[in-house]
Amino acid sequence: MTLLGKLTWQAIPFQEPLPLLSGAAVLIIMIAVLAWVIVRGYVPYLWREWITSVDHKRIGIMYCILAGVMLLRGFIDAIMMRTQQAMAYNAPGFLPPSHFDQIFSAHGTIMIFFVAMPFVIGLMNVIVPLQLGVRDVAFPTLNSVSFWLTAAGALLVNLSLVVGEFDRTGWLPYPPLSELTYSPGVGVDYYCWSLQISGIGTLMTGINFVTTILKLRAPGMHYSRMPMFCWTALASNLLIVAAFPILTACLAMLLLDRYVGFHFFTDTGGGNSMMFMNLIWAWGHPEVYILVLPAFGIYSEVVSTFSSKPLFGYRSMIYATMAICIISFMVWLHHFFTMGAGADVNAIFGIASMIIAVPTGVKIFNWLFTMYGGYVRFTSPMLWSIGFMVTFAIGGMTGVLLAVPPADFQLHNSVFLVAHFHNVIIGAVLFGVFAGYTYWFPKAFGFVLDERLGKWAFWLWLIGFWVAWGPGYVVGLEGMTRRLQHYDVAEWHPWLVLAEWGVLIILLGIVAQIAQIVVSIRTRERRRDVTGDPWDGRNLEWVTSSPPPAFNFAVLPDVTDQEPYWDMKARARELGQLTRPEPQYEPIHMPRNSPTGFVTAFFAVVTGFALIWHIWWLVLLGLAGAYATFVVFAWRDHDEILIPAEEVARLDRANRAARSAALQHRQLRRESQPESHE
Amino acid sequence: MSAPSTALRAGRDPYHMGHVPATGEPEYTGHGGGGPAPKRIVVGYGFWIFILSDVILFSAFFATYTVLIHARNGGPGPRELFDLHNTAQETACLLLSSFTCGMASLAVGRRNLLWTEITLALTGLLGVTFLILELHEFLGLVARGAGPTHSAFLTAFFSLVGCHGVHVSAGLLWLGTMMAQFPAKGFKESIRHRYLCFSLFWHALDIIWIGIFTVVYLIGFLTP
Repeated sequence: MTLLGKLTWQAIPFQEPLPLLSGAAVLIIMIAVLAWVIVRGYVPYLWREWITSVDHKRIGIMYCILAGVMLLRGFIDAIMMRTQQAMAYNAPGFLPPSHFDQIFSAHGTIMIFFVAMPFVIGLMNVIVPLQLGVRDVAFPTLNSVSFWLTAAGALLVNLSLVVGEFDRTGWLPYPPLSELTYSPGVGVDYYCWSLQISGIGTLMTGINFVTTILKLRAPGMHYSRMPMFCWTALASNLLIVAAFPILTACLAMLLLDRYVGFHFFTDTGGGNSMMFMNLIWAWGHPEVYILVLPAFGIYSEVVSTFSSKPLFGYRSMIYATMAICIISFMVWLHHFFTMGAGADVNAIFGIASMIIAVPTGVKIFNWLFTMYGGYVRFTSPMLWSIGFMVTFAIGGMTGVLLAVPPADFQLHNSVFLVAHFHNVIIGAVLFGVFAGYTYWFPKAFGFVLDERLGKWAFWLWLIGFWVAWGPGYVVGLEGMTRRLQHYDVAEWHPWLVLAEWGVLIILLGIVAQIAQIVVSIRTRERRRDVTGDPWDGRNLEWVTSSPPPAFNFAVLPDVTDQEPYWDMKARARELGQLTRPEPQYEPIHMPRNSPTGFVTAFFAVVTGFALIWHIWWLVLLGLAGAYATFVVFAWRDHDEILIPAEEVARLDRANRAARSAALQHRQLRRESQPESHE
Repeated sequence: MSAPSTALRAGRDPYHMGHVPATGEPEYTGHGGGGPAPKRIVVGYGFWIFILSDVILFSAFFATYTVLIHARNGGPGPRELFDLHNTAQETACLLLSSFTCGMASLAVGRRNLLWTEITLALTGLLGVTFLILELHEFLGLVARGAGPTHSAFLTAFFSLVGCHGVHVSAGLLWLGTMMAQFPAKGFKESIRHRYLCFSLFWHALDIIWIGIFTVVYLIGFLTP
């Protein structure tokens, strides 16, 4: 037993130039950014306004930034895999198997846990309290802890790039391959501990949002008046609460096998590796809906706003959402029909999987009927939504195909399957968060993103996606299995070269998105969203200014309609003035900033790293540090700050003045053009 | 204007604060028309959701145990291993500790520091006794060569029961912290909310134990 456990200089991959160089590059960029922040004196500002912030909007933005950065990392992995497979026809390619295996494992892990999850959770953070018409989530400090634990998990995954290795077992570490016998390295441990840490963060988010949505809503907001995004966020967070503990338990069992020689999933001692498949997918299938349901909510908001119509079939949408929420727990076995559970079991799960397509179909029709007869504006969020409907319908159909057990026996673990889930995850989740990001960006930052580059990004992504994954269906049907480092089948090669072109087109789409941010920030002065309602929106997030004040609403809005803001606006337009007279402003209590989240995450990283490398004294130190952090937090006496009434009045009056001016302007324009298109 | 919000207006006009005062009429639960629920309800509700998630964590271990119960690897089964007397003592300790925890809730409600501390100390003592009994059982099994690495059945047994034990230990750490907080901070609202969560947690562990008692020990004795 040494002081540093298993950690030696051999953990640094000196002999493998690719990860070492990329790791060094990331390190240099990080040091450069850090140096720039310190030299420019931004540290106090960052600490005060962001790192210790418990404001749901700030936390949401940090989640989205984390997701964006991790998207770049995961996408680099994607380019490397596509390039490898384009090159490796009867050839070794440029990635040795051990490296290729780490890349496909890291790609999946990062894209699901550190891109899709934080992006979805980030958007929920920014928008859900605003749509509910309240001042923050139920537990603001806990929210900060959640974010920083997620970031801690992401940090550990990326640390594996330079210290040690990442797991080589795929994005789900199936035993017996992931057991100590066959994976003696630290890769699987990196995977497990990163996900345990970020998983705790996600679970806390789930608890926080379920409580927020069920217990904190503006007066008058009955369930039948809740915006669709809040409904889908509720469903998604209920799934988090119900599913993530299973992941925690499952990974804990794998860790017990690896660390102390238990026999949950081992080949020996009576262990049962199929139990891992059952447990991991009992979490994993609901996880799919955890990601996609909020995206469905975003589409509902976007399609309704840009069709200038209320959402068609609001109630059926709620029923469909909740039906998906429940049925998503009854289909997990379709991930391993080939296990041999028997025809009867497979048939039940096959039918359940097909049934879940029904509420999803209901949703597609609802969006189409929302557009039907509407005054549709083809902005970039709307383009993402329409692109989604087409792409997702096809991805959904290939899913129903895979739900047929006999067909699945042929397609199991083929590239057809990989094409299917990229079809639904890119086509539904990623397009959805991009739509939401463009749609709500002005709310979070106070200026609108460049539309031209946004549309470029959309078309490049849409075309790039189909060029990259259309071939996947073909080679999958031609029998290509997933995760091949090299192959010798001539028929596959041209398709894989085509897929390489697809990923390059997507790269251009990402370049367009980066350009969109840069251009928009540089020209932000003429993109200002003065009124707080740039899209003629319908729900409460557009009632307040952009960006909203820390307290969101000077006075909580009174909800009298299913589309509360549209209702207010319609009345204001009739009256020619704001519906509510200036309220009596009162001071507002808001939760005080706290470094608890950041400090907890620091100790989580220390503990996780020490566990991965078996540095036991450091584990104890890390856990003691985390406990001490909680005690210090529990001991504080002042947990709220007071925003004085004058400050509330100043901010609210400015927003009221801007809205009044916009209303007057509209009125004047109407009077000068009495024969407008109505 | 809908009826509930008119009713609210007639009350204490709580919109400005975002929270309805926890005392006095009317009190809203956050359903529908009433506006945001008071802090006590929000905290308790959130903690209930956490307990539900914890129950699901345990259910994964329960499911695993029932799957692996026959995977003995040629080793002993429940009937040869378990000692019902020990289990009965453990159960008695835990159930009694729930009773004293309930007494502590009453003492907190009356703002009686002495009784709060006494009942909490009793709760902690019973919890420690439970842990000692459990440890005794575990060490005994290991000494007989029936440790968790011997078979999948024993792995599942030690993990399920041990997971509960880890929860009890965490609860004891929490309890100790609460016992220090009451004298230091008094019966502040936030401390009382925290105590509400603790007592929910402690009672929930009892319910989990009833599950373990039934599934592991009772059914274990009936299974050949």
